[in-house]
Amino acid sequence: MGYPHPSHPRETVLLSRYFGDAEARGYDGWIKRGGYQGLEKALGTSREQVIEEVKTSGIRGRGGAGFPAGMKWSFMPKERNGPHYLCCNADEGEPGTFKDREIMRWTPHALIEGCAIAAYAIQAEQVYIYIRGEFTEAIAIMQRAIDEARAKGVLGPNCMGRGPRIEVMIHRGAGAYICGEETALMNSIEGRRGNPRIRPPFPAQAGLWGRPTTINNVETLSAVPHIMVKGGAWYKGLSLSSPKSTGTKLFSVCGSIAKPGNYEVTMGFPLKDLLFDLAGGMKPGRRLKAVQPGGCSVPFITAQEAEGALLDYEGCVAAGTQLGSGGAIVYDDSVDIVYQVSRLARFYAHESCAQCTQCREGTAWTLRILQRILRGEGRMDDLGLLLDLGEQMTGKTICVLSDSCAVVVASAIQKFRPDFEAYVRSGRSGAAG
Amino acid sequence: MSDLVKLTIDGREAQVPKGTSVLEAARLAGVFVPHYCYHPSLPVVGACRMCLVEVEGWPKLAASCATPVAEGMVVKVSSPQARAARRGVLEFLLINHPLDCPICDQAGECDLQDYVFLEGRADSRYTEYPKRFNPAREFGPDVLYVQNRCILCTRCVRFMDHVAGEAVLSVSERGDRAYIGVDSGRALDHAWAGNVVDLCPVGSLISKDFLHKARAWELDRTESVCPGCTQGCAVSLETRGDAVVRIRPGRSAGVNRGFICDVGRLGYGPLNRTDRIETPLVPEAGRLVPADWDSALERTADLLRSAKAPWVGLVSAGASCEALEAAAKLLALGGGSGAFRVPEGPEVPLPGVPDLALRKERAPNVQGALAAGFARSWEECLARARGAGLVLVLDEDPAGIEPPGESVPLVYVGTALPESARGAAVVLPCTSVAEEEGSFVNLRGMRQSYRQAKAPPGMARPAAWILAEVLAALGAGVPA
Repeated sequence: MGYPHPSHPRETVLLSRYFGDAEARGYDGWIKRGGYQGLEKALGTSREQVIEEVKTSGIRGRGGAGFPAGMKWSFMPKERNGPHYLCCNADEGEPGTFKDREIMRWTPHALIEGCAIAAYAIQAEQVYIYIRGEFTEAIAIMQRAIDEARAKGVLGPNCMGRGPRIEVMIHRGAGAYICGEETALMNSIEGRRGNPRIRPPFPAQAGLWGRPTTINNVETLSAVPHIMVKGGAWYKGLSLSSPKSTGTKLFSVCGSIAKPGNYEVTMGFPLKDLLFDLAGGMKPGRRLKAVQPGGCSVPFITAQEAEGALLDYEGCVAAGTQLGSGGAIVYDDSVDIVYQVSRLARFYAHESCAQCTQCREGTAWTLRILQRILRGEGRMDDLGLLLDLGEQMTGKTICVLSDSCAVVVASAIQKFRPDFEAYVRSGRSGAAG
Repeated sequence: MSDLVKLTIDGREAQVPKGTSVLEAARLAGVFVPHYCYHPSLPVVGACRMCLVEVEGWPKLAASCATPVAEGMVVKVSSPQARAARRGVLEFLLINHPLDCPICDQAGECDLQDYVFLEGRADSRYTEYPKRFNPAREFGPDVLYVQNRCILCTRCVRFMDHVAGEAVLSVSERGDRAYIGVDSGRALDHAWAGNVVDLCPVGSLISKDFLHKARAWELDRTESVCPGCTQGCAVSLETRGDAVVRIRPGRSAGVNRGFICDVGRLGYGPLNRTDRIETPLVPEAGRLVPADWDSALERTADLLRSAKAPWVGLVSAGASCEALEAAAKLLALGGGSGAFRVPEGPEVPLPGVPDLALRKERAPNVQGALAAGFARSWEECLARARGAGLVLVLDEDPAGIEPPGESVPLVYVGTALPESARGAAVVLPCTSVAEEEGSFVNLRGMRQSYRQAKAPPGMARPAAWILAEVLAALGAGVPA
């Protein structure tokens, strides 16, 4: 069986073009498909020009925060007076997001190429790919590709036979969602407990082992070879909408949907079309109730809000949510939203690193209140209390795990208050079932 | 100076060195910011979020411990937003807290108690049942971990890792299941481990030695110098009535920067001994009988007037400089000299603080004794005592003198009477370090004074006073 679905004509397949094509996994197959031309081109220009090209492309971090990648690279010190590091964040633990896994499973050399270009641009000799430990298949495929790339001279003492030393090493995660937070990820690589670090200092000043470090997402790095080959301006031109959201984006669609899977569309693509055209719409007899378009950590939006929403950074904010990591979780009218929210709160309470008081205690308290409501022991003023706790959990901690829990709960209460009230009144779900 | 940064904190102008944290700048400006995880001797982690303050123009509140000052910064510690955030932290900290203050040793000196009174909520909105429960655990010889009270500030973890250099503690588990764990197969038995009890801002890490011994508010605290070794750490002798119940680091940073070792911390036993000499004693019909000070001092002066030279001194390196100087002056009258001995133990440094260690020589005033002219030649002096005209013992055990005090008169000045001094010609009771004022010279030559923490037993007097009285009776004058 090949990849779950063939490309839809409305997709713009840049990163996902070879998903399902097993031959693309190997070095020769990848070369046949135009692989490593971006790296060749990058090595032929100065590293300043590489950074400039990425800046021109306007590509923003695909891990969720959306920080312009070229700008991030330019924060690295120009003078190299010791090791610089590149970390590739492949700790894809966000429930509902499974795009990085597919990139690594099908096109490992695309990621290696992107890593090498970035390493060249920021003068890093060592690249760490931090892969979620549960991704055993992706890890095996990546390791095979790294070994192959090293044997072919792509990586090693002379990148592509003429460049600087670039080595790539896989670091397996050990099951903590928080290690996908970039500073926790660095602690984890260093062998420490995966706790996010306070900033300043920022990673570009003092990151991994106190050295200047850049951390990029798998999807971001995998897009870089295309930017190198076809130019930043071309990549930017792919956008259908805002000049601040450029290129293509992979969306992992899951939940109450006919054809779950990864879909690659250009920025600014209508959310409605993604769900109803590409992903086949609702299951028979069901109506759309809610979507989290950017993974489980972004606010819920209603079917009505989803109606006109455009899938880019600005469009999602305008619709009252965020683009996040692009893991669109779809809820139809059979879903018990209160239960779903409690399930997400349980996730955050389980994954809180326990450093910040608001997060450690707040996520657990939130969960207990929600579970009590589900048991039919809720009170009307619990809803106000949940919102108030959310207020205390927002913008006050080292990282945004606490904020994520709060915003998910708050947006659910604000948008689906009757569902919560039904539980409080009757002790049962108000969902259509 | 360009290295100074000007900022405003709650309306107060402050000028502090570049790189100072907002929290420290506030402290310098006289504005207190509540905090838990921050400690000046430990790396900053900014985790408890208790020290959140508002900075004008910033979109979010800032953790003041982890925010460096900037020129022209306007900080609001007591703005409604900042107070609300800190009230929120306190509420979160209390939801699982057992509120067992009535049986908690920390009560009265607990930062959780204090800050909740300062700016916490009056009521609780936590109605979930039950509170998290975990049994207390032994961490080491003297440290007990009461997990239910733990607020996960990680001061203890960072102390063991970065200051003691022996990372046996760590945070285990995640979320609200997190707790402080000890490495499996190991214990919190480092010689400086007891500091985690002082560092713990709540009653989570407590001393087994002090367990349920006294309430914090019943204690008197006296600044003193630790008598445990030659390091000379600033300590606070904590007393209830005339009993020393606890020794903790002194309030002044001292040479020890707020840390003391467990030998010093738990070494207060001798200060509470009950077999003390309470009156001067003189021999009468083969027994030592109580005498008043006047007659005892007169008898001492008579002994000295008639004693042949040379005189020999056997003194304690735990005596004050003042007493040792007087003893040296007295011995000089008889053309004599003296010696001291020092018990020894392993040297254990505290790597995180420069030049701080539990020293090999376990007496506080070795340098003071040397400066007063005493030598380390204990055995040699003991041998010389046989042919001496008089032996003066200052709070030491002269065991080994042969025959004890029969052919050679023995003047014994001490806190308790050892078997070896029962043949003394006169016994003069002196005070311990807890009962007098005086000074010690530490191994780096620093002379530090200590204060009286409790009343002396009976008629005991400071050795310096006793020896000065004897000198005066001999017409030799009081030592300078």
